[in-house]
Amino acid sequence: MIDKRFVLLNSEDNVFVCCEKVTSDTEICLEGNLVSINVDINVGHKVARSSLSQGEKIIKYGAPIGSTTESIDFGEHVHMHNMKSDYIPSHTRQNKSGEQ
Amino acid sequence: MKGYLRADGRKGIRNIVVVTYLVECAHHVAREIVNQSQSDDVQLIGFPGCYPNEYSLKIMEQLCSHPNVAAVLIVSLGCESFNREQLAETISASQRPVETLVIQQSGGTKKTISAGVNHVSQLLNIAKTVETVPMDISELVVGTICGGSDGTSGIGANPAVGYCFDQLVEQDAICIFEETGELIGCEQIMAERAITPELGEEIMKSVEKAEQYYTTMGYGSFAPGNAEGGLTTQEEKSMGAYAKSGSSKIHGLIKPGDIPTQGGLYLMDVVPDGDPLYGFPNIVDSAEIVEMIASGSHLILFTTGRGSVVGSAISPVIKVCANPETYRNMPDDMDINAGKVITGEATVQEVGDEIYQLVCEVAQGKQSKSEELGHQEFVLTYKTFEAIGPSCLPSVR
Repeated sequence: MIDKRFVLLNSEDNVFVCCEKVTSDTEICLEGNLVSINVDINVGHKVARSSLSQGEKIIKYGAPIGSTTESIDFGEHVHMHNMKSDYIPSHTRQNKSGEQ
Repeated sequence: MKGYLRADGRKGIRNIVVVTYLVECAHHVAREIVNQSQSDDVQLIGFPGCYPNEYSLKIMEQLCSHPNVAAVLIVSLGCESFNREQLAETISASQRPVETLVIQQSGGTKKTISAGVNHVSQLLNIAKTVETVPMDISELVVGTICGGSDGTSGIGANPAVGYCFDQLVEQDAICIFEETGELIGCEQIMAERAITPELGEEIMKSVEKAEQYYTTMGYGSFAPGNAEGGLTTQEEKSMGAYAKSGSSKIHGLIKPGDIPTQGGLYLMDVVPDGDPLYGFPNIVDSAEIVEMIASGSHLILFTTGRGSVVGSAISPVIKVCANPETYRNMPDDMDINAGKVITGEATVQEVGDEIYQLVCEVAQGKQSKSEELGHQEFVLTYKTFEAIGPSCLPSVR
């Protein structure tokens, strides 16, 4: 079973999407496997469905949405710090993705 | 459903008197005319630049002869490049009443405002005499856009708009989605939905063009708020945005100001042709809304996760809110709570049906939230386009 605070959008996906905020140090159950969340996960954010190696494609909606920039553990927050676009770099208010 | 009958046979769902300024120098005078006219049916649009631009002229011509528009007052300073004579001729040829005021020939600010208020009052009286006739769903043109997207947009709001689009297309309405820069990563699956292989190739090319253009600009169509809301990359945002198009076949690829004549689903290519000349393809969502209205959209379905508040001049904007937290936070701005999909209170189909119902109600005169609040944002700037090729509209022979 899957925690109802997370949704799997497509059976091919390797990430879950958060539907209700989960705070740091909460234990959640994803497809029968327990995992401890180590940062706050807000609505709309993603966590890994399995452990992912560096350079692996992230699949959401059954389609690739970018690649990992480092290895990612099961249940870990998947966001701009550990994945990037395969097309055009994204930017935040502080910097462009990949810049320090 | 009833519509305002125009001379070209198209029907409007609003009956607006537009006041348009042709250069920023005439903006204040035009705004004062609108303010002093004290009517929701008098709305302001305009163009800021002093240099000529074919695209802006075409968009302005299409807006001033839009089915929601009954009459136009043009406000020119006098020395700017905008071809006010051609604009007035186009409006006249559409059999709408049009007046032109040139500030330098009218004795300056005060006298032009006073003359403008008189003109608008007469134009409003003429507008009241426009005949209303039965109007069918198949005569509607609906555009969709997303703004302030987040990780919830692609789960509830965008698929629900897609579901509504499928219903509209099934009834032979015209539906328009955009924008190629926000569809980077979806080009292959989108091309497979084209009604001909040649159209599919044109779609692939338009997305390649967008990718090159945005790469030159140094930024994708991606804002910091997108990332705060859980999105990470252009292609992730694209996949979510793409869901707005529903599952119909794609009938054509149009550019801003091209007006489809047959029911179906159309993709709008908003990225300029040629080398990047004037900066970002569209500086903000409102520029895209204006382009979809110039292509005939009677109303706009606007999905948002972070919480956009904009509306538009000429055509009502319906807000579909994807994020349940945003909906709780900004309920006065949101027409539809698609956050119910995230919280498990409704299905995509149920929210899609709700959107469809509201489209019908707004088409019959009910004000959308942004309309009620007086939002009439308008942005038109410089661009350059080549005409679309023959493969772009395969159903028109």
